[in-house]
Amino acid sequence: MTEPLIAVQHLEIAFPNNQVFKDLNFDIQRGDFLTVIGENGVGKTTLIRALLGMVKPAAGQIKYYPNKKAIRVGYVPQFRNLDQEYPLTIEDFVSLNLRGWRPWLSKAERRQVETAMAVTNVKKIRQRPLGMASGGEKQRAYLAQAIVEQPQLLILDESTASLDNEMKYELLDLVQNLNQTSDITVFFVTHDLPLAKQYAKHYLALKPGQQQFGNIADMSVEALKEVTNVSDV
Amino acid sequence: MLAMFSLAFMRNAYLAGTFIAIICGTIGVFVIARNLSFLTHTLSEIGFAGAAFGIFMGWTALSGMLIFTVVSSVIVGQMSVKQSRREASISAISALFIGLGILFLSLSNQTSSYATSILFGSVIGIANTDVLRVALLSGIVLLAMLGLYRPLKFDSFDAIGARVSGLWTTAISVVFLVLVAMSVSVAAQIVGSLLIFILLTLPAAAARYFVHTVSKMIFLSIGFALVGVWVGLYLSYLTNLPVSFFIASIECVFYFAALGYQRIHVGS
Repeated sequence: MTEPLIAVQHLEIAFPNNQVFKDLNFDIQRGDFLTVIGENGVGKTTLIRALLGMVKPAAGQIKYYPNKKAIRVGYVPQFRNLDQEYPLTIEDFVSLNLRGWRPWLSKAERRQVETAMAVTNVKKIRQRPLGMASGGEKQRAYLAQAIVEQPQLLILDESTASLDNEMKYELLDLVQNLNQTSDITVFFVTHDLPLAKQYAKHYLALKPGQQQFGNIADMSVEALKEVTNVSDV
Repeated sequence: MLAMFSLAFMRNAYLAGTFIAIICGTIGVFVIARNLSFLTHTLSEIGFAGAAFGIFMGWTALSGMLIFTVVSSVIVGQMSVKQSRREASISAISALFIGLGILFLSLSNQTSSYATSILFGSVIGIANTDVLRVALLSGIVLLAMLGLYRPLKFDSFDAIGARVSGLWTTAISVVFLVLVAMSVSVAAQIVGSLLIFILLTLPAAAARYFVHTVSKMIFLSIGFALVGVWVGLYLSYLTNLPVSFFIASIECVFYFAALGYQRIHVGS
């Protein structure tokens, strides 16, 4: 029997003149690979911000088990504002997310960085300035940084949107491996339905004013298209 | 060269200059990473007004500078979280403070040479007590930087990641601006308020082209700042020309060399 990591109950989020969600309900189970699919503008990023506590619900609640503090979250965004002159090496970038207080890294922390780089295949290019890395290498470095503190929940916010097909699958293979071997729960936001179908276990389909939650195995890509209105796949 | 150190004011200038180079080199790495060069420039002008105010009130120039720069950096930090609004609000504040500086200088009946020494810095005026003040303030800034190092590094080099990880980014930002303000006030003692941003921006801006970890950038940036200050003071002693001119020139050489290195190395 699975147990929930996060339970979203009757969630309502509204901005002035714009109600994003009303009565939204779903659970994120421990060890799940949940994909959130829907068109641009339907509120996927708002939902992430709500889960992270950066947006206050107008009604309803988000319950964390055992509590919010105990759940470490890793986050991989679609873009970061890092230009070609961004100076840090991939290794230094990955280590930014370590929570200790002393200016230098402890032995244990060095090992954490090594492990994160190893499982994301960036160990060989660790000394490369991140600004000089390719799109796929950057995303793998972001993933390495996100998992360096061994999070329970990994949020991918359209993280594959800027990648070509081959790199998308390469990144998601790594994420799937983490999900299966390190028991990291994955919350994958995308509008790429075939990708969602191939990797996820559950789906949350969002359409303005509507939601559908279920096993992705029960749905074909065509059926997912219908419940999300996403046409460009 | 050793004869130079028989003069008390030169010894003091070297001591104060060393502290200044260390904190400017350190803080500068984060100033560049956070795109705050423009704000640093404004803080120099605010520092000038503060120094003039201090003298007008009969305090030391340093006290006036500290009050003005610290208060205004907190205000700027609070009122302009958004980058787009920041530049405009900084310009407005900057204009106001230059005006105030001129007003206070005129009210305090100081000669124009005093204004020149605030604006351009002076090595002759540095007494033992000034060195102690500079050392004390530098110690406070460095200790704060040590305590704040990891969150500041995260927020400066990956603002999106830092915010998502739950760091108190607004608090970090305000504390850092206060540290910048303190560094500006301290460094103005030697290079003057007009050229202060040189030490806070150029050594760090050059360092990031040569090395690619935060710690190495800090060490190299301190190195560039130290060479600039030490050689600058020596040349100023030899030629009797303003030290800030030499420091500015040396730091520019480092910066343009770094750009050249980048062009050859990366081919861009």
